[in-house]
Order: sequence, then C-alpha cells, then structure tokens
Amino acid sequence: MALASTLPKIVARDVDCFYGDKQALFCVNLDISEKQVTALIGPSGCGKSTFLRCLNRMNDVIDGCRVTGKLELDAEDIYGPDVDVVKLRARVGMVFQKPNPFPKSIYENVAYGPRIHGLVSNRGELDELVEWSLEKAGLLGEVKDRLQEPGTGLSGGQQQRLCIARAIAVSPEVILMDEPCSALDPIATAKIEELTDELRENFTNVIVTHNMQQAARVSQRTAFFHLGILVEEGETGKIFTNPGNERTQDYITGRFG
Amino acid sequence: MNLLLLAVLLALAGAAYLLGRRRATKLVGGDPRALHSRPTYHGYYVALWCGLPALALVLVWWLAQPQVLDRVVLAEAPASVQQLPPERVDLFLRDARSLAYGGVTSGTPTPELERAAERFRSLQTAGRVGLSAAALSLAVAGLTWGRRRVSPEFRARNAVERSLDVFLVSCSTVAILTTIGIVLSLIFEAARFFALVSPTEFLFGTQWSPQTALRADQVGSSGAFGAIPVFAGTLVITIIAMAVAVPVGLMAAIYLSEYARSSARAVLKPVLEVLAGVPTVVYGFFAALTVGPVIRGIGNTVGLDVASESALGAGLVMGIMIIPFVSSLSDDVISAVPQAMRDGALGLGSTKSEMIKRVVLPAALHGIVGAVLLAVSRAIGETMIVVMAAGLAANLTANPLEAVTTVTVQIVTLLVGDQEFDSAKTLAAFALGLVLFFVTLVLNVIALRVVRRYREQYE
Ligand SMILES: Nc1ncnc2c1ncn2[C@@H]1O[C@H](COP(=O)(O)OP(=O)(O)OP(=O)(O)O)[C@@H](O)[C@H]1O
Ligand SMILES: [Mg+2]
Repeated sequence: MALASTLPKIVARDVDCFYGDKQALFCVNLDISEKQVTALIGPSGCGKSTFLRCLNRMNDVIDGCRVTGKLELDAEDIYGPDVDVVKLRARVGMVFQKPNPFPKSIYENVAYGPRIHGLVSNRGELDELVEWSLEKAGLLGEVKDRLQEPGTGLSGGQQQRLCIARAIAVSPEVILMDEPCSALDPIATAKIEELTDELRENFTNVIVTHNMQQAARVSQRTAFFHLGILVEEGETGKIFTNPGNERTQDYITGRFG
Repeated sequence: MNLLLLAVLLALAGAAYLLGRRRATKLVGGDPRALHSRPTYHGYYVALWCGLPALALVLVWWLAQPQVLDRVVLAEAPASVQQLPPERVDLFLRDARSLAYGGVTSGTPTPELERAAERFRSLQTAGRVGLSAAALSLAVAGLTWGRRRVSPEFRARNAVERSLDVFLVSCSTVAILTTIGIVLSLIFEAARFFALVSPTEFLFGTQWSPQTALRADQVGSSGAFGAIPVFAGTLVITIIAMAVAVPVGLMAAIYLSEYARSSARAVLKPVLEVLAGVPTVVYGFFAALTVGPVIRGIGNTVGLDVASESALGAGLVMGIMIIPFVSSLSDDVISAVPQAMRDGALGLGSTKSEMIKRVVLPAALHGIVGAVLLAVSRAIGETMIVVMAAGLAANLTANPLEAVTTVTVQIVTLLVGDQEFDSAKTLAAFALGLVLFFVTLVLNVIALRVVRRYREQYE
C-alpha cells in the first residue's frame, strides 16, 4: 500500500507511564502516521486510555501520574521543558469515552474552542466555522434549527458528534478518540465511523476501540496492547488476517479479553 | 406513674409485634411466600392496633384532665365559692391545686379550700387508675382485634404503609402550621400597629424615633415611625458585608476546589469553617473594640470624620463572618462539577483560568447564587454585630462612615426591657418583623427564579 510511505506524525520511544507506584505502560514504541487512522485495541485495563492521554498530556491533570521516555509530535518533544501544554492540546484534540458536552447551547459548545484560541475575528466567521464543524461531524442537519438549545439535551450519539464537532472546530492536527462509540447505537456508530474515515483527509486520527470490526473497518494501522505492553503493531489488514503474535491472535478471535 | 404506663404500653406493642409476626408465619406453615405481606408487616399491623388507640387515649386525657378536674371540683364546691367573680374563682382553684399537689397558697387555707384540695387529690388518683385501666384494656382489645385480622390474604403492608403515610404527612403539617402560625401572629400584631400608625407613614416616612412616641401627646404622631432610615441602614450594612463576603468567599472557594493541593485543602477547609462557628457576640466585640477604632484612626489620619460606631465597621466584620458560608457552599458546588467537564475544556486547549471562568463557574452558577442569597438573608437577619458596632441612631444616610441602625437592632431595642404590648412602640417591632419577613421571602423567590432560569445542567 502507498500509505506506508507517509511520515510519522507522532513518535513514541520507550514510553513508561506510572500512576504513583503502579506502572501502567511498559516501554511502548509506536509510530503514528500522518493522515491515517490508527486503532488502539486490547483488553480492559491494558493502558490504551493511558497511552492516549500521554499524547496530549491530559495525564498532567491526574495527581501522581508520571511519564518517562520520548514522545514527539512533528519531531518536537511533547514533554519538553518549554512546551506550552495549552498549545499542544490545541494541536492534539481529544474526544472522550463518555460524551461530555458543556452545559451550554449547541452553538456555544462548538464556538468554545475558536473563541478561546481567537481563531475568528467576527461573529460571521464564527457562525461559518460552527456550521462547518457541525457539518463535518454529520450533525448539522439534525440541529440546524436549534443551535441555541442546550447541548446536554441531545441524545447520546448526537452529544458524541457534538463533542467531535467541538474538537475539530479548533482545527487540530491530531484527534484522539477514546472509545467514541462505546455508548452509542449501531446507527450513530456507523455515522461516527463514516466521519472518522472522512476526517482522515485533514486530520491524523488515533482511536481506541473494543470493537474489532470497527477497528478493521476504520483504521489503516492497528496497535494491540496487553497489560501495559505494546504487543504488536502494524497494518490493520495484516494484524487482523495474519497477526504475528499468539496473544494478538487470541484477542482478535475473542479467546480472551 | 405516667411514665410507667407509657412503658407498659410500649412493651405491649412490642409483644403485639412479635405475636402478629409469629401468627402470620404459623398460619402459612413457615413459608412466607404464601403471605400477601411479609410477616414483619403483620407484626407492625398488630402493634399499631395495640399501641395507637391506647396512646391516643392517654394523650387526650392528659390534655383534658386539668379542665375536667376544675369543672368537677367547682361543681361540688359550696355556693359561696361558685358565686365569686370569675377571677376569684380562678384564684380559688389555683390555691386548691397548690394545696393538693404541694405548692404555695395565697393565704391561710379555709375549710372550703381544704375540701376542694382533698377532692383534687382523690380525683387525680381516680383519674390515674381509670386511665391506666382504660388504656391497658384498649391496648389488649386492639391487640386481639389486630391479631384476629392476620391471615395470608390480608394486605397488612398496605395498611401499615398507609398509617406511615399519615404519620409523615402530619409531621410536615406540624412544620408548616408552625410557620403559618408565626406569620399570622406577625400579621395580627402588625395590624394592631397599623391601626395606630398609618402604613404609608411607616413605609415611606423618613423619621424614626419610636422612644418619643411613649409620651401621651405623641402616640402615633407624624414622622416618629417612618421606617425608611431603618431599612436604609440594613441595606447599607448588607451591601458592605456582601462586598466583603462574596468576592473573598468565592475566590477562596475557587482556590480550594481548583488550585489547592489536597493536603492544603484538608487543612484550609475546616479552618475556614471554624470561622462559621464563632459566636456572633465575639464578632460583635471584635467589631466594636478592634475594627471600629482602627477605621476611626485611619479616617482621622486622612482627615475624614468617622463615627466611633460606623456602618463600615459593622459591615466589614459581618462580611468576614459570612465568608465561610459563601466559600464552603460554593466550594461544594464547584467541586461537584464533573471532572469530565474540566477534561473537556482542557482537552480543547483551555488554560486553567479559562476552564474555570468559562466552564466550571457557569456550571456551578446556580449553587453559587444560592450560596450568595443565603448569605444575604444571613446578613439581613444578623443582629448582634450591628447592635454592638453600628449604633442605634436611625440616620438616613448612605455614608458608611456614620452610625446607622438596622431593622433587627430596632426590633431588639423596642422589645428589650419591661414593655406594655399595646403601645405603638412595641407593636412597631412586629411591623418591622413583618416587612423583614416579606423582604427575605421575596428575595428567596427571586433567587429560585434566577437559579432555575440560568441553570446549566450537566447531567
Ligand atoms: N487515575 C488513575 N490512577 C491510578 N491508576 C490508574 C488510573 N487510570 C488508570 N489506571 C490504571 O492504569 C491501567 C491502565 O488503565 P487504562 O485506563 O489506560 O486502561 P484502558 O486500556 O483504557 O482500559 P478500558 O478499555 O477499560 O478503558 C489500569 O490498570 C488502571 O487501573
Ligand atoms: Mg479506557
């Protein structure tokens, strides 16, 4: 495949992560290619979310969490001493496992990011950007007439797409999605999968999922974690048809996890 | 004796519970699934039948006994006593009772009095015996009746739950009735006041000098009961107090919930709450003896004329007193904002302060408004600090450096000491109380509206 030639957007080398004394990640080495979807799979508690949170330093928020090793975004150290976390998170956006729209109107939810980052200079531009983001997230049609209603009044699937719209409104380079479909019905899931595929044009995408079919459908590369160790990583097609490791094989065929 | 009766009744009810439960179990041969209601409910049912009627009887008798005894004794007293004027009859009965139960009589006992006392004593003993017998037989009858009704199909649970319902409703009714009673008494007393002084004069007059109204030629004379200066004083002091308490309390809450490390929080929060436990009298003399002179000293050095008792001093100290209310309640609501909200904001690249200003505080706003309004009510109702530090003079002024007086202080000064409760002066206290009650009520209603309107729900 031609995709293999793209440059790595994010590089992780020998990454360890600790919660207090408990080690959650062991020496993870992973390249995440630009403008591709990388799926992280593995049994519960294996460190997928932890790894994801390392990439935009959301782990900083957790008391006692420590990350060592090298993590680079476009060859710049993510944990470097003069990195501005706020800027980093604007470049590496995140969609959480549980939809968490702000208790504001739909419009304000999407406008939040552009406002704080000063991405627009007037109301007209902001309106346009909000519409564009909602459109991209596949939500515009459903909410066009009620942009001023609270975002928390939407259904779970709509809320999750609202969170995606909110994330892409700041035009990040990378979007991290932590089990974005875990609370959604098949239709909403299909919509988000479709969306993930489209987003590939503009964004680098890392998605955590427990759904093997989903990983196979949406991703180009897949990484399998087990007990905090990155067991295997490679092209999605290869991982699912011809895994190199027995544990990977067991997991994707449903023999454990 | 009475306590003993109660104890026996309770014991009987306990026994009734056990009996009912056992009978229910036995009727179905030990298989509780064959019963409509669980055995315990049958137990409660029998216990209720055993205990409630008997207790009700005891209660009624206790309430009625004094009147009944008085009537009987009076009816048996010689005609000479019965023909006395009512207040002398009362005195006679009172003396007879004291003589009977051991107390002080108003003179040397006459033979009639001795006889009446003797009658009181015998009647009381008879009443006691009769009551015990009646209550106990009622309890036993109830027990038997209740126990007879126990059967597998009997819906004991529904019956028990219904009586529980009635009990709970009557509890809340008591609370509501008490409140209504207080309000009604305020209204009636205030109405008596407004019969002496016109409401417009009271509400819009600018002169407050109730003391002079004691002189006969000035009762209700114009201007003496204008409450505006008093309410203005309350307003000034409340504003000063809130100007201190709201910013400081809110900032403290934000620090505690967002910035403080958990070890610091564990120390600071209780310490701050200790402030709330300091008696207001202590704040009062702090205001009068420390803060007042300091303000006066500062005023003098910059050439301002400061009264030794000033609204500023009282307001500042009251503000300090209220800080913990605001901070503690706000801290609770701010901490209750889900971590997911914070993560969402941070994940979009917000700085911490943006996250607090734009996401956390709006989400907690309803609780913060509630905290502030609670603090306002507290400030309006606070008395001690103001009595000690703000003075008694009803000045109509917006200058915080002068002495002012508040509604609560005036109520205290109007009612302290020996007073006739029918002069305009004392009745004015009820009018002030009524207006105060009304103001806080309106404040609370507005608060509820505001909160509901601007509430951001994050569930
Ligand atoms: N805040 C925390 N404090 C302490 N330990 C944590 C914390 N968060 C995660 N862990 C631990 O780190 C390990 C990895 O957790 P992580 O959340 O990354 O798992 P996961 O792969 O995302 O699982 P799931 O699929 O259930 O979401 C787990 O053993 C977990 O107990
Ligand atoms: Mg997870």
